[in-house]
Amino acid sequence: MTIDLKKTDVVIVGLGAVGGVAALPLARAGIEVVGLEAGSWLTPRDFAPDELRNNFRGWPQAAQKANSEIPTHRPNASAPYSPRLPIHPMMNAVGGTSLHYWAQSWRLNPWDFKVVSETTRRYGVSRVPKGSTVEDWPFGLEEIEPYYDKVEHEVGVSGQAGNIGGAIDPRGNIFEGPRKRGYPMPPLRGTEFTDRMAGAARKLGWHAFPGPAAINSTTYDERPSCQYHGFCNRGGCHVSAKNSTAVSTIPKAMETKRLQVVTQAVATSVTYDDRGGRVTGVVYVRGGQEYFQPAEVVLLASYTYENVRLLLLSKSKAFPSGLSNNAGQVGRHYFSHHTGNPVTALFPFDLNNWYGLPAQGVAVDNWADDNFDHSALDFIGGGNLWVYSDRRPIAAANMSTFGKAPSWGGAWKSFIKTNADRFNVAYLQKTTLPYEDNYLDLDPVAKDPMGFPVIRITADHKDNEKRMGAFIQDKMAQWFMAGGAIAVEKGPTGTMGPSTHAYGGTRMGDNRETNVVNRFGFSHEVPNLGIVGASVMGTSGAHNPTLTAQALAWRTTEHLAANWNAIAKG
Amino acid sequence: MASPTDDNAPRDVSRRALFKQVGAASAAAIAGAPLASEAAMAQERAAQGQPVAAPQLEALESLTATEADTLEAIVARLIPSDENGPGAKEARAAHYIDRALTGPLRSSREAYAAGLAAIDVYAQSTKGTAFARLGTADQDAVLTDMEKNVATGFFPNAAAFFNLVRAHAVQGTFCDPYYGGNANFVGWDLISYPGLRMTVGEDEQRMKAPKAVRQSAYDEAMFTMKGGTHDHRP
Repeated sequence: MTIDLKKTDVVIVGLGAVGGVAALPLARAGIEVVGLEAGSWLTPRDFAPDELRNNFRGWPQAAQKANSEIPTHRPNASAPYSPRLPIHPMMNAVGGTSLHYWAQSWRLNPWDFKVVSETTRRYGVSRVPKGSTVEDWPFGLEEIEPYYDKVEHEVGVSGQAGNIGGAIDPRGNIFEGPRKRGYPMPPLRGTEFTDRMAGAARKLGWHAFPGPAAINSTTYDERPSCQYHGFCNRGGCHVSAKNSTAVSTIPKAMETKRLQVVTQAVATSVTYDDRGGRVTGVVYVRGGQEYFQPAEVVLLASYTYENVRLLLLSKSKAFPSGLSNNAGQVGRHYFSHHTGNPVTALFPFDLNNWYGLPAQGVAVDNWADDNFDHSALDFIGGGNLWVYSDRRPIAAANMSTFGKAPSWGGAWKSFIKTNADRFNVAYLQKTTLPYEDNYLDLDPVAKDPMGFPVIRITADHKDNEKRMGAFIQDKMAQWFMAGGAIAVEKGPTGTMGPSTHAYGGTRMGDNRETNVVNRFGFSHEVPNLGIVGASVMGTSGAHNPTLTAQALAWRTTEHLAANWNAIAKG
Repeated sequence: MASPTDDNAPRDVSRRALFKQVGAASAAAIAGAPLASEAAMAQERAAQGQPVAAPQLEALESLTATEADTLEAIVARLIPSDENGPGAKEARAAHYIDRALTGPLRSSREAYAAGLAAIDVYAQSTKGTAFARLGTADQDAVLTDMEKNVATGFFPNAAAFFNLVRAHAVQGTFCDPYYGGNANFVGWDLISYPGLRMTVGEDEQRMKAPKAVRQSAYDEAMFTMKGGTHDHRP
């Protein structure tokens, strides 16, 4: 028997990086919110500096809901399936993956919003890759800038501004679009190694700067600054200096008494009323019992895969192929960030990368987005070059031997004894476009323990991404060599299996034939259904998605609060 | 006195703490395994106020005795003891694997049963005796055949089992010692890891690593079962 609960104004599915932000403008506007979260509350005690547990055993997500619904992957519709990942890249908890992510909190570049029109203007329409379904966003950077600003201040982001109101500050990213004001905190400190690499970039004539992070560089919101202890990568923060939504926006929303957090709640469908033409609430399972949470407005704030899955699983007479999917766009325009083609460098001296965190690094954006002339190149877009301080013992012992030693035995042992602290792996995020034949749907075979099909990813890198990957790899190798490396190793392009940077599937745009949600994040087909998260993003840029997804969520919910009667009461 | 069947016995207490609490001989008796002479010597040292190393309380939790001997011999060749210092044997990597096979690595238990049996069959047929009894050159030859995937009798193949054991041997040599490997921090010493510091200053991130500190994450009380209240829930 399903238990019917008292109706609320808004039910949010998922209280992670994005749902945890979405709740705050609503609660502050006097709107009653129920937040359904599949995970639990975690506390600083849960975040031990333990490489084996965090990085090899995948704690805490190993025992969680996400891990029972790991998407399957195949490169294309006629290719065999890839081996299934043993651990889901994302986790369930209040705060979600913002608890253990790298916390790099970048704004997108102005070009990322206008890939089609700017490429056409500068190089001609033929340079938009064949088969890509990329569209301009329905607005430019200037529309989302106030929301970037709000999130940077409410969540807490450290960084160095590079462009305040058009005034370029060379200490920051000179390629960023204009911002109203600087970051609320100065950037995380550099290390001697990242300073050395910054100097090497300048010698090449490139612009080096510290990246932005949702990590305290000073005391902020009564929480301490980063301790740089080295276990931030897939580990939570033991002093709450990482600004997950669990310690920032969710507690602020709870202070209003208008956010009710329901943990261990596994949403299974969104209900739709054929007569009213509106969604009526969310069905979820908690402790083996099924509940129905009625609401005036439903906001999906799960990760990309789960947003899409919930829509496809929520079938009704009016939506036989899934909620809000009568135009057949749910699951389309899917892509995951191209972070393949890694570059690993070997240095002839110790780097002391043992401490720090992935967000403590130095960036070069000269080869990102459209910051350089592509006239004579065979691709569009580019990559962010990122060098950082992060190393733990097991990973260090597993380092590449650069063809200089076998993989075991005395000679191997001798090699790692000398070199375990002499290598560095750059993080290279690159523009990735959506394509006609890259998509998400329901797997016809694999199911979760409740019997619901999991998401199937059908996606592979295309020529534009491969060419860009090789180009960026060369730039990174050049930078490492300028920094004193004696060898570099270039890794493969990689596949497009389950990713921490998964975009699209419920894309945002004005054209209802090619997009699931409108420019404010509400369904074109169901007026009181909102969707937030990177699943609404149509381009990736060359930087991490979280801040953009959070800014869009703030914008969606602020729009909802300002237009409550029109959206909620229809 | 606490005993294994006593419901009030502290279950999460570290061996070191247990040792301090009840003394060497009693701790040994609780674990029930070590040689009487070791226990007696430890008790004598403790009575004289000398530092006493934690006893090697190492029941086989998953592997059979024969499997353990074979595995011990394999990891000792993968990461040997040599002029560069102790290796996987001293780190107790096989002990780490044995414990983990009852829990986080349990999905690999069948692979170990089959693989450790297969390596003995292969060693017998190519070198005339069980792997653990071979000389180191012959052991290395067998492991090389596995790595190159030319050794027969393995399912799905020899290289898969080789890679599995290698990955786990590295974990057991370089993991937090809480998990039963990296004994006496020999793995961390090998690669000059400066150790766990809960707060790292700017000077400690200069390109010369600071002086090594040696502790487990779980020497920090806040991360143990008895960590007290650090609940930041609103």
